[in-house]
Amino acid sequence: MKKVSETKTKLKSKDLLGIRELEKDEIELILDTALSFKEVSKRTIKKVPALRGRTIVNLFLEPSTRTRTSFELAGKRLSADTVNFSAKSSALAKGESLKDTAETLEAMNADLVVMRHSASGSSHFLARTTHLSVVNAGDGSHEHPTQALLDLFTIQEKVGSLEGLKIAIVGDISHSRVARSNILAMNKMGAEVKVVGPPTLLPAEIEMMGAQVDYDLDDSIEWADVLYMLRIQLERQEESLFPSIREYAALFGLNKERIMRAKKDVLIMHPGPMNRGVEIASDVADLPQTLITEQVANGVAVRMAVLYLLLGGAEIV
Amino acid sequence: MWRYAWRFYICYWGVPRLSDHLIRGGRVTDPSQGIDEIMDVMVRDGRIECIAKDIKDIKEVKEIDARGLIVCPGLIDMHVHLREPGREDEETIASGTEAAARGGFTSIACMANTKPVVDTATVVKMIKEKARDVGWVNVWPVGAMTKGLEGKELVEMGDMLKSGACAFSDDGRGVMDAEVMRRVLEYAKMFDIPMIVHAEDRNLSKKGQMNEGYYSTLLGLRPIPAEAEETMVARDILLARLTGARVHFTHVSTGGSVELIRRAKKACSNLTCDVTPHHLVLTDADLIDYNTDLKVNPPLRSKDDVKALITGLKDGTIDAIASDHAPHAPQEKECEFEYAAFGMIGLETTVSLMLTHIVGKNILSIGRLIEKMSVNPAHILKMDTHGSGSLKEGSSADITFIDTKAEVKVDRTKMASLSRNTPFNGWRLTGKAVLTMVNGNIVSGDALEKEAVKA
Repeated sequence: MKKVSETKTKLKSKDLLGIRELEKDEIELILDTALSFKEVSKRTIKKVPALRGRTIVNLFLEPSTRTRTSFELAGKRLSADTVNFSAKSSALAKGESLKDTAETLEAMNADLVVMRHSASGSSHFLARTTHLSVVNAGDGSHEHPTQALLDLFTIQEKVGSLEGLKIAIVGDISHSRVARSNILAMNKMGAEVKVVGPPTLLPAEIEMMGAQVDYDLDDSIEWADVLYMLRIQLERQEESLFPSIREYAALFGLNKERIMRAKKDVLIMHPGPMNRGVEIASDVADLPQTLITEQVANGVAVRMAVLYLLLGGAEIV
Repeated sequence: MWRYAWRFYICYWGVPRLSDHLIRGGRVTDPSQGIDEIMDVMVRDGRIECIAKDIKDIKEVKEIDARGLIVCPGLIDMHVHLREPGREDEETIASGTEAAARGGFTSIACMANTKPVVDTATVVKMIKEKARDVGWVNVWPVGAMTKGLEGKELVEMGDMLKSGACAFSDDGRGVMDAEVMRRVLEYAKMFDIPMIVHAEDRNLSKKGQMNEGYYSTLLGLRPIPAEAEETMVARDILLARLTGARVHFTHVSTGGSVELIRRAKKACSNLTCDVTPHHLVLTDADLIDYNTDLKVNPPLRSKDDVKALITGLKDGTIDAIASDHAPHAPQEKECEFEYAAFGMIGLETTVSLMLTHIVGKNILSIGRLIEKMSVNPAHILKMDTHGSGSLKEGSSADITFIDTKAEVKVDRTKMASLSRNTPFNGWRLTGKAVLTMVNGNIVSGDALEKEAVKA
């Protein structure tokens, strides 16, 4: 057990840009804080006044429903004022630069910006450009830290600790910010990570990030304590990264037959939205050890924790 | 240039010739003649009149006290983007040549990717004339290899050469079609001028943002494999062999390219190449914070590539150092990495960077650095036939004075370039060009001269 004096109560940075920048004890702080917020979501009155009077802008420049809704709910349950900017309605669609948008938000005295953007590193750029706190809600193929945090939370809730856990992340690693954040996060928490997919969807030197590489899902099925299936983007087929959905599903889809050979208590995860019948068979998606809805539920609590810690909310709960 | 000339006119009324100078006591380093010792240089009528020890005082000729300085043939930057015509907000012929003068360069070759593209004699003439009027240093336009840089049709090389082009290049894009490239090289052969190759297979580098490797994976940026450059280097080595034309690979950036060129040079005498300072001192690891000033094409490569480039520089595989000075407007750099333009400015940092990181680290002697920044570029671009790249008696008095001990702190707000996109801002370097003389006129560093005048 940690001594009380060593327990962190604050994050180092004003921003959450990626898992890369977080220390292990910061991750633990977020997860511990999330645990207390999870209870709030179960109340009839799902609201605490922690961030009353603070303004959070959800700047979503790439379509997203679940992540945006999750952040919006998280902000609202903390009593913050949340405002949504989306790609089509914002001035960015009219050619305004991100730098100018940031200045506009700063002039309006917002406190924190949650940004989803198709360009890798865009949240780093935003954080450099503005004094506001920035939360990366997914930047290109770079990182999606709150997803990884909610995944850690979900796994911890089931098995207690990630130490020594064997986790296979399956699918398009090259283009996946979820995979990158999770590889970094799971390594920091002591898990053993393997990425599985066709070589066309595995980026160079991924081993250096702390992941073993396998091209054969069947090899990893019996090994894994957690099977983390990634959404395959159908456009990748046009880029000649795999020949057909049919072949992809046959080689890398999680189906009943494969699950039969897996560990009995294997956990199945997916960041959503799922392509049923492609990376995950419909009947597998509905198995009890599939944690997809838990992931979504925990997402709100974890995001509440992140917003709360970055904005240094009043002692409440 | 005239700004300074005007000052002389006022200050030295009655002096026989504005451009006559006696350069006293400098360490004259001219690899083209194998000279490296303390000597005096007499400059008369814009030409080198003589180099000798202890030249006796000549009445009414201004003296420049060069004690403690290196006096060398004017440096030549083979790869510069001046942006005029078309993007005068980023750089003009006036501002770019002033930056060159301040950086110690007496001649520059400017690339063809302006708007309009330098693909006709008319544009070449326009640049030459403008440079004569407002330029601070000699400007040699590089014509496009193909019309509109489209990689399809030949340009009128003969006409453009007559108008003052020094070489041809589809820099920034490269010629993808091997058949077109073959014809370009074949046609160029009769003029015996170099085709400057930007080696990039754009199918392999498609939408790429940075070097492929651990850092592109960590940062989630679209990778550009080293092979995108190397396959084209290999192709053009073969086409150079097929056609016998002169091929110069510019900004080589990978160990594989160096190895291919090293091997090919053993059999072919028609190959040369250059490297940029930034590929010698930076790596892809520096991109960790998505600094858009570090976004260049070819991209910054791995540590191993940098080692291989340094080996290539030492063993002579790499003939020249060129800045690839690529100015960009602030809005093209102050944005998301993916949307940012490729390129960085280099005219005003190259000499100090190379003195600090190449000479200072004993990779090259000062003499060999001058070879790669003056003698060899002059030879490759045939500027030596016009007297550049040498302090031989009778050649034009293009001279760079270098203080190897001067402490420099790079400050982008004080540069002559209209653009600010340098990643070296704030770097502390040792050594710089303190005076630049073009055709006997001091175009940069006049303070030094004024103090020293005794006439």
